[in-house]
Amino acid sequence: MIILFGIFLLTLLVITALAIVRSESLFAAVILTGIFSLLMAANFFLLDAADVALTEAAIGAGISTVLFLGALALTGEHEQGASRNRLLALGVVTVTTLIVIYATFDKPRLGDPDAPVHQHVGQWYLEKTPELIDIPNAVTAVLGSFRGYDTLGEVFVVFTAGIGVLFLLGIGPAGRPEDEPDQGLRHYLVPRVVGRILIPFIFLFGLYVQFHGDYGPGGGFQAGAIVASSVILYALLEGEARALRALPMRFLQWLVAGGALLYGAVGVAGMLLGSNFLDYSVLASDPITGQHIGIILIELGVGITVTGVLLCVFHAFAARGRV
Amino acid sequence: MELLGLVYYWAFAILLMIGFYAVIAKPNLIKKLIGLSIFQAAVFLLYITMGKVEGGTAPILQDGVSLYSNPLPQVLILTAIVVGISTTALGLGIVVRIKEEYGSIEEHDIQERDRQ
Repeated sequence: MIILFGIFLLTLLVITALAIVRSESLFAAVILTGIFSLLMAANFFLLDAADVALTEAAIGAGISTVLFLGALALTGEHEQGASRNRLLALGVVTVTTLIVIYATFDKPRLGDPDAPVHQHVGQWYLEKTPELIDIPNAVTAVLGSFRGYDTLGEVFVVFTAGIGVLFLLGIGPAGRPEDEPDQGLRHYLVPRVVGRILIPFIFLFGLYVQFHGDYGPGGGFQAGAIVASSVILYALLEGEARALRALPMRFLQWLVAGGALLYGAVGVAGMLLGSNFLDYSVLASDPITGQHIGIILIELGVGITVTGVLLCVFHAFAARGRV
Repeated sequence: MELLGLVYYWAFAILLMIGFYAVIAKPNLIKKLIGLSIFQAAVFLLYITMGKVEGGTAPILQDGVSLYSNPLPQVLILTAIVVGISTTALGLGIVVRIKEEYGSIEEHDIQERDRQ
């Protein structure tokens, strides 16, 4: 039954992807990308990846659509003409698809417990999580503690990308609300009323996902995206200038650096207390409590940096449209 | 029935190549970036598919459950999604700057102006 539903979702995914590539209106393509991400999130959920589904839904269907629309507003909505060597591209793509499909016949079947991927470290993580970390969500345990180095690296990639966007686009002139009274959707009744009701709950849900990540699906990456989307919704409704007055650019830049620094500082604290970089066991007298404290702190760092970077990027695009 | 277990991999191959087609055949830079994110999503699907265990459940440990899907691919992809949006944002920033400098985001217009 589940596999039938999976095939249904995969068919929809392929149809959506084809529609995205064929569509001549970039606006339609971007909206379809949002649908594509939502279908992808449903698929991840079917495949037991609740954390990944939450991330894909918050980022792919939410933030990414807003960023693409922001870029479209600056570059124009229609693409002109097709490339000259379309047939060549089509040929290359078809041949490669057939080769990859031929290669899949050697792959283990879906859900095969004897597949090579399950024979190595994954099983060890599942067995050792209750003993060494003692939190229910094994994904958070691996992300925060067992593979803390990886995650630190990813946070710095996000950090670097945020700095890169600010370098390219600048932060723009500081807008004052009274200069631009007509910004946002304030004059439309329904978005305003619905938005005002939703924003505090989205924010609250973001905090829940942040601090409940040890026990259920969630953590800093998802929470950062959800909190950022609540602020972006506020900016869309009330005008960007008002959002900037509530959370000024200077503050957001502090968030971008502060989260990454918090993560690094937790690692250094482990070293100062006599253990290895990013070993949380020494943060408290009991190693397991130390792990809990460490994971909560580094997840907080991740959440702060992701929120800061996404909001900085959003404001950088919006400010570019103003000048 | 045996072949049904491969459907996810086929969907991966098809999605991957749809994205790749947009990257190589579409002259519009935004369309190329959209293609790149489809390509990326296909890779995510491959990883998550490999982590699934028949009869398993999401890797959130609870009493009375002994079979869980593999958490490692999920962790890798979770962070990859966030890194993916950051790099896409960087790409969009570059596209916006190209539009400002060249007045167009179509590949041949840009090459035309570069030749002048």
